[in-house]
Amino acid sequence: MTLGTSTRLGLFLLLAPILVWLIALLVLPHADMFLVSMREKVAPRTYEFSLANYAEFFTEPLYWRTFARTAIMSIAATAMTLLIAFPVSYYIAKMLRGRLKSFLFLLCLVPFWVSELVRTFGWMILLRESGVFSNVFQWVGLADAPVEMLYNDATIMVGLVYTSMLFMVVPLVTTLDSLDDAQVEAGYDLGGNAFTVLREIIVPHAMPGIVSGCIVVFMLTLGNYLTPVLLGGKDSLWFTAQIYTQFITRFNWELGAAFGFLLLALSSLIVWAGLKVTRQTLTETMG
Amino acid sequence: MLETTDSFDLECRSLVRRFGAFVAVDNVSFGVPQGDFFSILGPSGCGKTTILRMMAGFDQPTSGDILIKGNSVLDVPPNKRPVNMVFQQLALFPMMSVAENIAYGLVRKGLGKSEIADKVKSALDRIGLPTSGDKSIKQLSGGQQQRVAIARCLVLEPTALLLDEPLGALDLKLREHMKVELKKMQDQFATTFVYITHDQSEALVMSNHVAVMNEGRFEQIGTPQDLYYHPDTAFVAGFVGDSNRWHGTVERADSSGVKVVTADGVSLLATPAGDAPLSKGGEVDIFVRPESVVLSLEAERVSGMDNRISGELISILFNGANSRALIRDSKTGGELDVALPQTGEFSTLAQGAEVHLGWGLAQAKAFAVNGERP
Ligand SMILES: Nc1ncnc2c1ncn2[C@@H]1O[C@H](COP(=O)(O)OP(=O)(O)O)[C@@H](O)[C@H]1O
Ligand SMILES: [Mg+2]
Repeated sequence: MTLGTSTRLGLFLLLAPILVWLIALLVLPHADMFLVSMREKVAPRTYEFSLANYAEFFTEPLYWRTFARTAIMSIAATAMTLLIAFPVSYYIAKMLRGRLKSFLFLLCLVPFWVSELVRTFGWMILLRESGVFSNVFQWVGLADAPVEMLYNDATIMVGLVYTSMLFMVVPLVTTLDSLDDAQVEAGYDLGGNAFTVLREIIVPHAMPGIVSGCIVVFMLTLGNYLTPVLLGGKDSLWFTAQIYTQFITRFNWELGAAFGFLLLALSSLIVWAGLKVTRQTLTETMG
Repeated sequence: MLETTDSFDLECRSLVRRFGAFVAVDNVSFGVPQGDFFSILGPSGCGKTTILRMMAGFDQPTSGDILIKGNSVLDVPPNKRPVNMVFQQLALFPMMSVAENIAYGLVRKGLGKSEIADKVKSALDRIGLPTSGDKSIKQLSGGQQQRVAIARCLVLEPTALLLDEPLGALDLKLREHMKVELKKMQDQFATTFVYITHDQSEALVMSNHVAVMNEGRFEQIGTPQDLYYHPDTAFVAGFVGDSNRWHGTVERADSSGVKVVTADGVSLLATPAGDAPLSKGGEVDIFVRPESVVLSLEAERVSGMDNRISGELISILFNGANSRALIRDSKTGGELDVALPQTGEFSTLAQGAEVHLGWGLAQAKAFAVNGERP
């Protein structure tokens, strides 16, 4: 069957805004960025084609270690988000009915009515040396001097998990909602216990939600800038902060661009490896 | 009522389940003997699923006791009860293959790999799907899925299998076929079945015993023949099998029967049935089975009968040996459903023909109208 001219025109008009958006905002800047990343400044205002920027990432330990640290902490944050979000989602999707259910689901959304920057400053007010927690601890008698709870990895982790929660809860609630209660009951009826029913029936059913939630949370965490930098301070050693430094502080756009592409490539590689290890496919997850 | 002894595989004693002020199951007692095909038959919403869920352990009775092989199981969780349930929507596990579905319960029991493989294979053979073990559930037809759902329970050799309207999701033709199939499977696995349905033909065809349920109570327990020929209540008479029905007031009641006059002024003779006594002035419902009515073209043939009506043939509902004639009473305009014998006598019967109907007083059962029920 061939499409009529008018149908084809209609299709084109429908797709046009998406295409413009894709090309103008994604393809063009990235293509330019890619070219920038592949050149080296040999003299003022003279550039040459070179892979030196990419080589620098692998030869300078600070850079690749920062990336490895970022990736590992992102994976840990993703795992922690999943562990906390799963019971919460199960409770919302399967235990609650009616208005309470929608209310709790909405409650997960509330933190996102405040911008990430303001939210993170909120954490800082709570956790800094002269902050609320520090004062409460001293008042209760748990500590006899001000406690600094900012600028360490645990705090970064808490901030990242908090920021990511919603992106895990939404896909999980959606998939768990579609799980028939009778499946769980059949699991018990045929001799399963809480653990085997979870492993054999609930988790396999929720797998598409788990995978898509994990991918989104991992990518968001890896690419997060505000939370690690504000809560972790100068020593947060987050890879996006490194990119920022190259572009803004060092004015080394070539290296910054190369880092940007490495972030993209390496994170895609990690997601791909994660899917392989858990034997999931993207098509299954999405469709 | 079946007598209460310890020889029952499954027994409920004075079972009550309330949801708030609403009584879903109201003082239900019954016992299911070993190897029985026991059905609970009742309209939608009468509390059948609630009873089954309490037996399976998914719901707790407000009061009363449930016994399996003579022992109370109220404190036993569902995964430890020796009964298994076939769910209304089957609840097969879509992420597992057919064989894995059947093996699920055996694996949970901790059986050895080879033993499980043997049992799964023999179960697949018995349900006629010997080569379908590796297929996914979605590749099976509705009837095949049905059989897998039942086999998945029966490989565990439960004391009783609980089935919640398992044929409800199938189309009519398959349903007829599965009735026979289910009965065969019960024989093959020699297991006690407790089957709930709102379809009286399913219950009558397959069961050894049927309990008729209405609004949370059991109206009557008995063999299908008992329920059909000797209903205890008006509800059973109306719900089990087809009936012609009249409503009227008792004009005379004595040892030979009752004389009832309907609002249309028709006088009918009937036999009192049910527990509540009938007395002059009381309201009653009269039930007459279509096959109890004699149909004739000549008035003399029915002249000796206790009840007689003349009418006009409205239509013939041909269905082989189960054909029916729909007849309009010429006096009152009421419609009657009458069995149409396929004997040739009526082969020339045409719409609008005048016919004569008659039936004996013994075939008409009069029940006191509800409200006076104990
Ligand atoms: N969990 C529950 N909460 C409140 N009411 C319920 C619950 N489960 C069942 N009911 C009510 O109990 C009655 C019987 O339900 P059910 O046993 O499912 O009927 P059936 O299986 O005979 O169609 C229905 O009126 C239903 O609304
Ligand atoms: Mg039901």
